[in-house]
Amino acid sequence: MRITCPICGARDRREFYYMGAAVALDRPVPEADAAAWNAYIHERDNPAGLTRDLWYHEAGCGAWLVVTRDTISHEVHGVTLASDMRAGG
Amino acid sequence: MRFSGLRVLREGLRGNRGWRPHWRDASPRPAYDAIIIGGGGHGLATAYYLAKKHGAQRIAVLEKGYLGGGNIGRNTTIVRANYLLPGNSEFYSHSLKLWEGMEEELNYNVMHSQRGQIVLFHDDGQRDAAIRRGNAMRNQGDDAELLSVADLRRMVPYLDYDQARFPIRGGLLQRRAGTARHDAVAWGYARAASDLGVDLIQNCEVTGVDVKDGAVRGVQTTRGAIAAPKVGIIVAGRSSQVAAMAGMRLPIESHVLQAFVTEGLKPCLDHVISFGMGHFYISQSDKGGLVFGGDLDFYASYAARGNLPMAEHVMEAGMTLMPMIGKAKVLRSWGGIMDMTPDGSPIIDRTSVEGLYVDCGWCYGGFKAVPASGDCMAHLMALDRPHEAAKRFRLDRFRTGRGLMDEEGTGSQHNLH
Repeated sequence: MRITCPICGARDRREFYYMGAAVALDRPVPEADAAAWNAYIHERDNPAGLTRDLWYHEAGCGAWLVVTRDTISHEVHGVTLASDMRAGG
Repeated sequence: MRFSGLRVLREGLRGNRGWRPHWRDASPRPAYDAIIIGGGGHGLATAYYLAKKHGAQRIAVLEKGYLGGGNIGRNTTIVRANYLLPGNSEFYSHSLKLWEGMEEELNYNVMHSQRGQIVLFHDDGQRDAAIRRGNAMRNQGDDAELLSVADLRRMVPYLDYDQARFPIRGGLLQRRAGTARHDAVAWGYARAASDLGVDLIQNCEVTGVDVKDGAVRGVQTTRGAIAAPKVGIIVAGRSSQVAAMAGMRLPIESHVLQAFVTEGLKPCLDHVISFGMGHFYISQSDKGGLVFGGDLDFYASYAARGNLPMAEHVMEAGMTLMPMIGKAKVLRSWGGIMDMTPDGSPIIDRTSVEGLYVDCGWCYGGFKAVPASGDCMAHLMALDRPHEAAKRFRLDRFRTGRGLMDEEGTGSQHNLH
């Protein structure tokens, strides 16, 4: 599996650290109720097919990436800087 | 279908034409008292105990492929009861006892071999942790022995004891742990369940769960609608998809775990050996192949195959621990889809839908749990209250924070186990 970092280019999977489903972009507000925090921390859509993960380019530029990936084929369909996703809403 | 030495001899002389299928390949009826979704080890065991211990009459096991084609057909076959925390401890203890009676119970040779499992440690802190774990195991009523380096050198002389990074300082041995023939476990439960009248329905994929007024009414399948007041979801890595059909999100992320087997060798490895620091464990199958594995690939996956970095990591760990295996040729590698929970412990519980139950979250330890999971899930489905040995496997422990079983002490979050 190779991931194309928008800053560094195509790199081996070894350079990246997986940080799970890209739910961190939708973090509940601190005063949200327990159900919202449970949904955020524990519950997952866990799709068989297209998913969005967070990967950290640990051995590269240190950027946080949102990777659109197929969990059945391991094919990577798109990579975006997490900072751009946040800025774009 | 019964086996005997005489029968094997006779069939051998007659071209093996007399063997008959072990179970009925049933077609779905319109309604059952209970439906088990998933014809793997846990599902078949649940169906068996529902029929055997609770006298349930009309039970169907729905399997989208063939029986035993999922993780029960692709694991590394280790059976042990060496857990530390209350909840896990009594459950796996119960499971090991069921393993010890399984062949008699099912009248089926599952090749259960209690060859002992050795968990290695490498420094004083790990020795203390091993002693603590061993005491917890003995308090639970199971066996555990602390091995010195001298003991180990006698038992397993081929380890590299003085390696620079992880010198071996001893091990924790459970003699009752071991391995079993994984497919035979599925076949044994399938035959026994079928004999008790359970309908085992293959090539029958569930496509919808019918819920009305907060209660389950049945399921939609590729072979038509089937009604039932009780439905158990026992589908391991696919739990999230089936639960979603009932409008639920589970605290599960599916990951790939790889395993490897070498060409057949003469007997050389008498135990199951776990090298936790290297993320490596190994045993030798009765056919002679070295069966070994390591850790998850650590990204969500349904591919049932992994990537090269983890394969390399596992091989390197194996070579670090026992250089003698370096000349063995790897025959095959494969991957299984693991239903990972945030705290690394399983779930056997009711759901928010009446009559709908889940048995999932087995992470990478489902094989040894097969008999107790079946027993406890059947108990829950039949009596609507949890079995004593599985009452802590609650679905709501993540929401409430009460009763989390974080066996590795890494935190209750995804991607940490």
